[in-house]
Amino acid sequence: MSLVARHLEEAGLPTVVMGSARDIVEECGVSRFVYTDFPLGNPVGKPDDVEMQMAITGTALDLLERAWEPRTTVQTPFIWDADSNDDWREHFMKVDDTNREALAAAGDQRRAAQADAKAEGRNRG
Amino acid sequence: MAADRRTHRSHVSYIDKSRNYYGAQGYPQAYQWSYNHDVPFTPLTKPLNECRIGLVTTSFFERKVDKAAVAGSATKEPYAARCDDALGGLYNKDLFWDKDTTHTDDLDTYLPINRLRELAEQGRIGSLAERFYGVPTDYSHRRTSRRDAPQILEFAQEDELDAVILVPL
Repeated sequence: MSLVARHLEEAGLPTVVMGSARDIVEECGVSRFVYTDFPLGNPVGKPDDVEMQMAITGTALDLLERAWEPRTTVQTPFIWDADSNDDWREHFMKVDDTNREALAAAGDQRRAAQADAKAEGRNRG
Repeated sequence: MAADRRTHRSHVSYIDKSRNYYGAQGYPQAYQWSYNHDVPFTPLTKPLNECRIGLVTTSFFERKVDKAAVAGSATKEPYAARCDDALGGLYNKDLFWDKDTTHTDDLDTYLPINRLRELAEQGRIGSLAERFYGVPTDYSHRRTSRRDAPQILEFAQEDELDAVILVPL
């Protein structure tokens, strides 16, 4: 998506990216970026929170108007879970001793299924 | 809020997480994320309240409604569709997001069509374009840069957009 933003900018169209995967967007490099530190899925605000969605969308518009150079990132002030904001971060794509074996097995299973599908495709000719 | 101290950055690095996660599944070759030193920049040249704004999503459009109104046929190709036809929600199940923590039942949490229409009514922007665009997440930088991005630019030019908001899920 950031590559598309860059292409539009190169063609003379101003853009702003709204997102929650800060490192992915900033490594690719975009002109304007509204970063909200939320779990992936709701970069424009929490479900049913119209006021927050309006504030985050408004920040994107502010950036369109006011950013004067590329790589302008603004982080919105919102917190996903004020009581335990590290829980979702640690849970997502977790790898530790409790699931390491299960992940390895899941990977083996997926590769076996892919190999079967490929062989079946060959047999069908 | 009281000051805090940490040994690690607080925001999640999805580049680090996904490398470790797929590595643990036995995929040794890490994904090569896009990196650029130089970044293009185009300033907005007219007042925002005279601008037509467009939206781009990574979500899929379920082509149940009026297929003739949708440009782009295959599911993994960029598309343009009417904002009105997105109001019932888009298809996100195949995308990479935190399905355990949240949901995407509220469209405006990832594609703020209603919020931008309200902002147009308030006079903050000129208008929201009648169409929005979709770009599938593609592992190939080449396909994204050479096929998808030029197609989105073409849609934007057809709709005479002044600025574009892109929202990856």
